[in-house]
Amino acid sequence: MAKMNMIQALNSAMDLCMERDPNVLVMGEDVGYFGGVFRCTQGLYDKYGPHRALDMPIAEGGIMATAIGMGVNGLRPVVEMQFADYIYPAFDQIVSELGRLRHRSGGEYFAPVTIRTPCGGGIRGGQTHSQSPEAMFTHACGIKTVMPSNPYDAKGLLIAAIEDDDPVIFFEPKRIYNGPFDGDHTKASSSWASHPMGEVPDDYYSLALGKASIVQAGSDVTVISYGNMVHVAQAAINASGIDAELIDLRTLLPLDTDTIEQSVKRTGRCVVIHEATRTSGFGAEIVSQIQEACFWHLKAPIERVTGWDTPYPHAYEWEYFPSQDRINAAMQRTLESN
Amino acid sequence: MTNDKPTYQSKLFVPKTSSRPENRADFSHLKIPTPLESKRPDVLVDAEQTRDLAYGLVRVLDDNHQAQGEWQPNLSADKLREGLRHMMHVRAYDERMFSMQRQGKLTFYVKSSGEEAVSIAQAMALSDGDMLFPSYRQQGLLFVRKRPVVDMMCHCLSNAKDNIKGRQMPVFYSWKEGNFFSISGNLATQYSQAVGWAMASAYKGESHIASAWVGDGTTAAADVYHALVFASTYKAPVILNVVNNQWAISTPQSFANTGTTFAARSIGFSIPGIRVDGNDFLAVYAATQWAAQRAREGGGATFIELYTYRSEGHSTSDNPDAYRSKDAAKHWPLGDPIERLKNHLIAIDEWSEEQHTALQVELKAEILANWKEALSYGSFEDGPHWPVSTMFDDVFKDVPPHLQKQRAQMGE
Repeated sequence: MAKMNMIQALNSAMDLCMERDPNVLVMGEDVGYFGGVFRCTQGLYDKYGPHRALDMPIAEGGIMATAIGMGVNGLRPVVEMQFADYIYPAFDQIVSELGRLRHRSGGEYFAPVTIRTPCGGGIRGGQTHSQSPEAMFTHACGIKTVMPSNPYDAKGLLIAAIEDDDPVIFFEPKRIYNGPFDGDHTKASSSWASHPMGEVPDDYYSLALGKASIVQAGSDVTVISYGNMVHVAQAAINASGIDAELIDLRTLLPLDTDTIEQSVKRTGRCVVIHEATRTSGFGAEIVSQIQEACFWHLKAPIERVTGWDTPYPHAYEWEYFPSQDRINAAMQRTLESN
Repeated sequence: MTNDKPTYQSKLFVPKTSSRPENRADFSHLKIPTPLESKRPDVLVDAEQTRDLAYGLVRVLDDNHQAQGEWQPNLSADKLREGLRHMMHVRAYDERMFSMQRQGKLTFYVKSSGEEAVSIAQAMALSDGDMLFPSYRQQGLLFVRKRPVVDMMCHCLSNAKDNIKGRQMPVFYSWKEGNFFSISGNLATQYSQAVGWAMASAYKGESHIASAWVGDGTTAAADVYHALVFASTYKAPVILNVVNNQWAISTPQSFANTGTTFAARSIGFSIPGIRVDGNDFLAVYAATQWAAQRAREGGGATFIELYTYRSEGHSTSDNPDAYRSKDAAKHWPLGDPIERLKNHLIAIDEWSEEQHTALQVELKAEILANWKEALSYGSFEDGPHWPVSTMFDDVFKDVPPHLQKQRAQMGE
């Protein structure tokens, strides 16, 4: 066991996969010699060589296309898209090609590509370094969608993603790379060293995709979230004293509907939280599935706490970012409702 | 009709073509060099030394049907007859499939008439282990790789013997056994994927190369530049082909050529550019062989513009008479690829009109028998098809719970 932040945990996952399988390579803008703008691939260039920590030209569509071609030819590329905001030039290659190749070829071809991409705000990144576009990929066919909330999960899920024969898009909430964040930007930042999920085995392990985790059990309300909002939700729950059950989805697709259903049927109340924009956000899908499966168990309307339907604003970041206050208010509303 | 003319004069330049229905096709502006004018450089030549090839036109067959010049590939008569047979085979297949679409047996079809030399000569110049990333008009590649014609027809019929399980429109073939990549409808995506495939081949230390095709119109797509940049950056062993058949549905190549040849573009990427007479089987073979050798010797990519003419419509869904002059293909100065190879074989006493006619009859009958057999495995209208529930397979390697649930909801 070691203390790792998310960057070190992700690095360890890639290192172990590269050590075990010569067909695994990491590729993207600045990932080689420099080790990535967030340092996630640091050291891999020296250890495995320039062809396995492969620097690439600034063309996300080209990076994605070459990764698909490599995947078809037996490699297992781990692509870093430098920011999730920059993924759109690769959208056609991801949605029309990567996601559908196995199906459209009758199972003849597939490309086991993992796309890692830092997402989310809270870092003063403005509209081009703060987005959370995860829902778009769950709406396409054939792409598994993952977003971890801590170093331990990040390592185990990334290893599982790399070893998976299906394409996986792996969102890394950049605000929590170095430490958990409870949504209060006025406080000194905390590190993963003092968090239980910052305890990460040095050795190989993997966590199954498609399984949510129950961060804390509770009986009054089910709070469903993923990524950095898990920590904001946890802080809001702690401050409120509400006996809430907190679920960290970890994988959005395939979605662990069993865990959600069992909890909501028991509590009868639910708050869904994500940082991404509200309309057609992944929360809409969760709410929809809950009403289909749990309608007669519900005691109150399901609440959503999300980013607003605006581009991510530079100067108004903390009004945009779902706060503990907004989460608390939503929990209170659902508890007061009959 | 009143004679109102628009009073506003826009300054926006919009390219035009002479070959619209109101005009007679006029190709008099084309400069057609003789085979003796093209020099064949060493395969590891610097890209900037290929300027004359990129702006010129590599040809082998002269006006007297003789092979001439430095690019002669010196193929045996047997090899030439094999090429001729393949081209005639594709044409017979296209004719049958087109008419079956017109009879309502197929939902869609795309012929390759007039440009058969491209896929046939190119596939013959490559090795079986080389990976093909085609667009939708390179069905000839499958004939050279010996895919059973019945299987191709079964795909087009989406019947129970369709290897891609009824999931794609006709002609969007996939055939892994023959190293033929699944065809996408989103144009150009395969071009940069081919570069990745070639990079992986080099990564693994293998000698297989990739070859990819786009049309002249598709060269406007970003993926084409991604392919050129990445292929150049990593010296990927790949051949990037542009089939310039002059038409992108109704849009003439002048909308994508930016006033120059397509081949000329690659020189700025340090990739040799070769413009080749795409209706000259020998020239296409020779240029492809050169590019393949360059790739295998570590010289990286070659960009080949195959100068040809789409002699019929884009697909079964358009009427070319509505946007280009009638019989334009008949005026195309580079002729027809089958006629030209036939005339060459006759000129060197290796073929005859009688043999040619007999082969045409034989292939037509064979294709008809293939069609009947294919239909015996199912028609598009009446099936049998793959079981409907199989549409949930292959979205992922294993069917996840939400798709299992939807499959159950759909029922069968």
